[in-house]
Amino acid sequence: MKIVTAILMLMLTFGSAIAKEAAPLAEDEAVEARLIGIAEEMRCLVCQNESLAGSHAELAEDLRREIRAQIKQGKSDQDVMDFMVTRYGDFVRYRPPVKPITWLLWFGPFILLVIGIAALVAFLLRRGRNIQETPLSDADHQRAAALLAEDGKQRTANGGEK
Amino acid sequence: MRFLAPLGLFLVLVVFLAIGLKKDPHEIPSPLVGKPAPQFQLPQLTGADGATFTPKDMQGKVWLFNVWASWCSSCREEHAVLVGLAKTNAVPIVGLDYKDQRADGLQWLNRLGNPYTLTAFDADGRVGIDYGVYGVPETYVIDKGGVIRYKLIGPVTTDALEKKILPLVKELQK
Repeated sequence: MKIVTAILMLMLTFGSAIAKEAAPLAEDEAVEARLIGIAEEMRCLVCQNESLAGSHAELAEDLRREIRAQIKQGKSDQDVMDFMVTRYGDFVRYRPPVKPITWLLWFGPFILLVIGIAALVAFLLRRGRNIQETPLSDADHQRAAALLAEDGKQRTANGGEK
Repeated sequence: MRFLAPLGLFLVLVVFLAIGLKKDPHEIPSPLVGKPAPQFQLPQLTGADGATFTPKDMQGKVWLFNVWASWCSSCREEHAVLVGLAKTNAVPIVGLDYKDQRADGLQWLNRLGNPYTLTAFDADGRVGIDYGVYGVPETYVIDKGGVIRYKLIGPVTTDALEKKILPLVKELQK
């Protein structure tokens, strides 16, 4: 029994030791979560189709370290974003700000959409006008009647065979 | 006549795609052009007597600030051009040895020649971040008032020197 108790005691002390180790990690987790939140909004400058959060480029690692340090200094997300933009330009942001130089980027697709809809409407209107109802002449009526009559005869002939 | 509209649209598309193909997506315009060069104080590469460098030391001069590293292969490409430029004494060149080992950097200069007035040593790349460095080599033209006037991304070529950098330097030196 004594041995079992000793083992249990040992396990408990180890358990508390591990818990103590985990405390600073939890604090880091908050920093890490914010870091990822910011870094996912940013483009890695070396491999441009990767976010700063996902890139393994050395520069990305340096920049993540820098952002982490700034978060620990108590800087806001906006401060960190401004820090990056003053150095690397709007290009680092996956969501560039709306300003005259990016108007075409933000509104261009909508302009294309409006142009497309306008072209479609114009095309449909014109087509509607082009289709005119031309009444059949007497000669057409006679021809149609003749054809129908012939068709009817053939059908009865076919029916007779069956 | 009815072919003209789609043909016109196609040609416009071709022009846009051609422009897109010619542009290098790795050349990101620097927001620092037209702004004062970020201040810093760094030890010099030689490390002798604890000598340091700060951009203030170059106040009143037009100078080139060239970011390089011994591990960077296109730096080797541009190094000969820089050595040639240094011989003409057209403009002082200050180097920034970026994220390098001191011994490697020194060995590089000993072997390939030293075109730099002096070289600052940025071991952890922190100053590089302030200058928006993302791909070595990069070269900045800084005017007498300490304002960045131009940034070249990639190696300095004879072409870039003659067409862009030297004319700009001459104008700034006036």
